[in-house]
Amino acid sequence: MNKAIITVVGQDTVGIIARVCTYLSAHQTNVLDISQTIIDGFFNMMMIVDYSTSDKEFGEIVADLDSLGEEIGVRIRCQREEIFTGMHRV
Amino acid sequence: MLNIMEVHETNQMIEQEKLDVRTITMGISLLDCASDDLATLRTNIYQKISSYAKNLVSTGEAIEREYGIPIVNKRITVTPISLVAASACNSVDDYVQIAHTLDNIAKEVGVNFIGGYSALVSKSMTPTERLLIESLPQALSETERVCASVNVGSTKTGIDMDAVALLGRKILEVSEATADSDSSGNSKLVVFCNAPDDNPFMAGGFHGVTEGDAVINVGVSGPGVVRTALETARGKDFGVLCETIKRTAFKITRVGQLVAQEASKRLGVPFGIIDLSLAPTPAVGDSVGEVLEEMGLEQVGAPGTTAALALLNDQVKKGGIMASSYVGGLSGAFIPVSEDQNMIDAAASGCLTIEKLEAMTCVCSVGLDMIAIPGNTTATTISGIIADESAIGMINQKTTAVRVIPVIGKGVGDTAEFGGLLGHAPIMAVNQKSCAAFVNRGGRIPAPIHSFKN
Repeated sequence: MNKAIITVVGQDTVGIIARVCTYLSAHQTNVLDISQTIIDGFFNMMMIVDYSTSDKEFGEIVADLDSLGEEIGVRIRCQREEIFTGMHRV
Repeated sequence: MLNIMEVHETNQMIEQEKLDVRTITMGISLLDCASDDLATLRTNIYQKISSYAKNLVSTGEAIEREYGIPIVNKRITVTPISLVAASACNSVDDYVQIAHTLDNIAKEVGVNFIGGYSALVSKSMTPTERLLIESLPQALSETERVCASVNVGSTKTGIDMDAVALLGRKILEVSEATADSDSSGNSKLVVFCNAPDDNPFMAGGFHGVTEGDAVINVGVSGPGVVRTALETARGKDFGVLCETIKRTAFKITRVGQLVAQEASKRLGVPFGIIDLSLAPTPAVGDSVGEVLEEMGLEQVGAPGTTAALALLNDQVKKGGIMASSYVGGLSGAFIPVSEDQNMIDAAASGCLTIEKLEAMTCVCSVGLDMIAIPGNTTATTISGIIADESAIGMINQKTTAVRVIPVIGKGVGDTAEFGGLLGHAPIMAVNQKSCAAFVNRGGRIPAPIHSFKN
């Protein structure tokens, strides 16, 4: 399994999660977990996905989600999971 | 399982507090390139570097994208050129041609600096090492990306004062040769005592003779992250202060470790070391001076600065050492003047002097770094500054270095502009009393008594 973390930060609007999930399902990327909070008045969503079955290169997913974020008006980042586990887990 | 707060913390460190991997540096041994024919040597060097480093930049960029962590520089270090070129170079011009070869290959593979135009002369100079030092003014003014260093002393050997005296003169010549760019040639030249073999940071990086054929070293940096963390420790005692720095350094180093292993795997080159340093940039919020001020100093240079820096340096090492099994290089806190906004301000206001900086170098990771001095400073005075700094390193068994920039045509009160990451610096006053008779004695300062540990 190849895990990645997708974070979405920005002003809340209708359909953010739907747009992200539509993209992921279109490219065979499986969502494992979603959590969402409001931090400092901002919409904050974190999603853990498995991209091992995806039909796209990881770099392409990163770029696609980045432009999707621009379209919606939020910041979408997709990063490989290791940077977070590396930093926070001994 | 990760939680959203941890993910948020990591991304805030990267986006707002300027956490970055400062450099992925590939060290390449050129020992097997040696030849007594200059043309063959240049071809060998060219082929060896391009075969190892052709994918360095693209791999670094891919890692950057996938993890979302900026990797600011991709660089190369090579075996000290004075060793590789000993039998092929008979003149200054021969050495300059090798500098051009290095510059061309750096441009071709896309790295911003290549380090290793170096000589190790801690005990004394061979004729060919002397030639390399003689070639520095021409080599550094005619090339763009080549970085040079000279190791003039060590705790085991003492200090080669002939090399120190020669370098004082050459540094001035480098300044004159690059006078049209505020003498910035000297920003690519470092004089060391106890130089480490595995330093990934420029301009002092080279691939030491103790290293393998090729290696990936990584330098991480995050003064902004440490400063932000320290905001939570305001008014608390030193125990809390130290714990905060330590925890932060641990997290920063883990990111470096991850990037280093990933780069090593993808490039098929063994992982060497993590250099867990706090290295500033001229950007606001990326300053080591700011970290020191956050600890409670009105401005860097105030009494207490040396203690604050000692504490910072030590806690960075303590925090980082558990995060990576192979820590090396210079590890600690860098205090370059021109590359750190708060240091620039302190020097400009007169709060920070060269003498205070010298005291600070006893407890920092490098030494007098990126300090602009008047262009009319004498060669022997520059040699005196190098000798003082080398003595600190020699006696205290630590690495020290000097990167001073006499700026031709400018004096105290003026500012030198180096551009980009190198920043700008106010010209600092230098003590005007002469040390010429001391520097010109010639010979070697013997190794200190505590070097005998056999």
